[in-house]
Amino acid sequence: MSKILEPAHAGTLESSDVFVRVVPSEHAGIEVELESSVSEIYGEAIESLIKATAEAMEANYVRILVQDKGALDYVIKARVQTAILRARGTTNPDWSLLS
Amino acid sequence: MSTTTKTKLRRSMLFVPGSNTGMVCNAFIYKPDTVMFDLEDSVALSEKDSARLMVFHALQHFTYQDIETAVRVNPLDTPFGLLDLEAVVRGGVDIVRLPKTDTVQDVLDMEREIERIEKKIGRTKKTMLLAAIESALGVVNAVEIARSSSRMMGIALGAEDFVRDLHTQRTKEGGELMAARNQILLAARAAKIGAFDSIFSDIKDKEGFMHEVAYVKSLGFDGKSLINPNQIPWLHKEFAPSTKNISWAIEVIEAAKDAAERGLGVVSLDGKMVDAPIIARAEWIMDLARASGVLGAEL
Repeated sequence: MSKILEPAHAGTLESSDVFVRVVPSEHAGIEVELESSVSEIYGEAIESLIKATAEAMEANYVRILVQDKGALDYVIKARVQTAILRARGTTNPDWSLLS
Repeated sequence: MSTTTKTKLRRSMLFVPGSNTGMVCNAFIYKPDTVMFDLEDSVALSEKDSARLMVFHALQHFTYQDIETAVRVNPLDTPFGLLDLEAVVRGGVDIVRLPKTDTVQDVLDMEREIERIEKKIGRTKKTMLLAAIESALGVVNAVEIARSSSRMMGIALGAEDFVRDLHTQRTKEGGELMAARNQILLAARAAKIGAFDSIFSDIKDKEGFMHEVAYVKSLGFDGKSLINPNQIPWLHKEFAPSTKNISWAIEVIEAAKDAAERGLGVVSLDGKMVDAPIIARAEWIMDLARASGVLGAEL
């Protein structure tokens, strides 16, 4: 599991999108803070998706702050992955961890 | 990945910027014949990485399994080209659109990388190639480019860059594109692949668009790249065959069927010979008619 060293973000606040910020944390694990207009119904599912996406990329010591504007699952996944890759300073991912 | 083939009907190829989440998520709703995600010119340098991942996931989403997908990738001589290819081939794209194809070598370089990625991930279906001709050099080499790979399903004119290379600009009359359109069409037909016209960028000018569509259709182009979903029904309407053409096609197909049942290779209809090319044309008209909603699927 690798630490997130730099803060980074991805996405927008436009409708159907999601704005994701990742920041380093002093605590082990992945902490998710979600703001979403659909959080009452889908909040738990969105949080688990974000966590699972970050875990698959072996992220650790990270806070993920998310403002959801009604994004589809794959959009959330893409944005979380982009933010984590940016935080790691790479654009060349291990594709096997992203599907 | 759709069940796409080299000869599939491709009247409308809708460009969708990979960085526009709303468009990426919704483009399938407009039912173009092909959705063409863009990772090149419409995506800012700062968003190349995010667009790439967005398209990678969109290609795998169920909403894009029944529609043909293409992706315009960045050139291999940029830092983005190879990463784009990794993403889209792994994502299961049907067609890679090569940007600015000047020479056969551009195709071979792209083909080599695609083959490498397909082998690595065990993809058995061959990714097809669509070469965009966007320069005078590309037009001059169009015949060789069209024949350069068994993966090539078509060549397309990229008019905006082409006119810049020609030191001119686009006009409504389109005289500046005449030589390129003819050359691309001839090259495509000689190689038995598709020929696709360029975008029409003034999305408010319906009349100008319809005029251009009628013109390129009469030249023989299979379809056109589009930048706005509103242009799809306009284009499909223009490509729909007339009632007269459909009646002729039905008669030809029936005559051919009758001839086959009687063991004849050639038959005559209204005093004119009906042979394989005529039958192929009639079947193409019927495909167009079905796709245009003019006929029921049973015909």
